[in-house]
Amino acid sequence: MATQNRPLSPHIQIYRLPLLALISITHRGTGMILSAGMLLLAYWLGSAAAGPEAFARASAFMGSALGRLLLLGFSVALFYHLANGIRHLFWDAGFGFELPQAKASGIAVIAAAIFLTAAAWAAGLAL
Amino acid sequence: MTMRSPLGQVRGLGASGTGARLFWLQRLSAIALIGLCLWFVASAVSLAGADWRTFQVWISAPWTMALLSATLILAFLHAQIGLQVILEDYVANEAVRTAAIVAVKIAAFLLCLFSLAAVLKTAFIGG
Repeated sequence: MATQNRPLSPHIQIYRLPLLALISITHRGTGMILSAGMLLLAYWLGSAAAGPEAFARASAFMGSALGRLLLLGFSVALFYHLANGIRHLFWDAGFGFELPQAKASGIAVIAAAIFLTAAAWAAGLAL
Repeated sequence: MTMRSPLGQVRGLGASGTGARLFWLQRLSAIALIGLCLWFVASAVSLAGADWRTFQVWISAPWTMALLSATLILAFLHAQIGLQVILEDYVANEAVRTAAIVAVKIAAFLLCLFSLAAVLKTAFIGG
C-alpha cells in the first residue's frame, strides 16, 4: 500500500488531550448525561401524576445517597453545559475565537459550573 | 446574471435548502433554555423534600405550567438535536445511524408527551 509509511501521530490512545479539547468533548458528554437525566425528570413528574404515595417514593429515592449522587452529577452537568453553551453562543456570534480568549472562557466555564453547583446545593440543603 | 458569489448563494443551505434549520433550532432552544433552566433549578431547589400537596400547588399555578411545559418541550427538542449531531458524527454505518436517530426522535417525542401529560394531570387532579 502506498500509504503504509505515513507518520503515525498523534495516536488516539497515547495522545493527551489539551485542556481546550477536554472542555470541548465534555460539552458533548454532559449533553448526553443530561439527555439521560431527562428520564429521571420524566419519572419524577410521572410519579407526581400517579399520586402522593408514588411521589413520596420518588422523593425518598432522590433523597437517598444514590439519588443525591445522581442529582449532584446532573446538576454539575447542567451548569457546565449551560455555561459552556453560552460560550458556544458567543462563538456562533463570532466572538472569542483567539486562543487566549478561548482558554480564559474555558476556565471561566469550569469555575462557573463549580460555583453554580455549590450555590444551588447550599441553597437546597439550607432549606 | 446574479451579483452574488457562488459561496454567498449556498451559504447556510443544505442540499434541500433547509440545512441550517436544526442548527438554528438548537441555538434558539439553547437561548431559551438558559433562563428556563435557571428558573427550573431554582424551583427544584425550593421544592427539595416537599410533599405531594406542596408540589401539586406549585405545579398547578398557571405560570408554572407554562414555564415547565416550555422547559420540557425545548429541553427534549434540544436533547434530540444534540444526540442526532453526536450520532451523525460518530456512527459510520448509515443504516445503524439512521435507525438510532429515528429511535432517539421517537423516545424524545414520547417522553416529552408523557412528561407534559404528567404535568397536566398533576395540576388538574387536586385543585
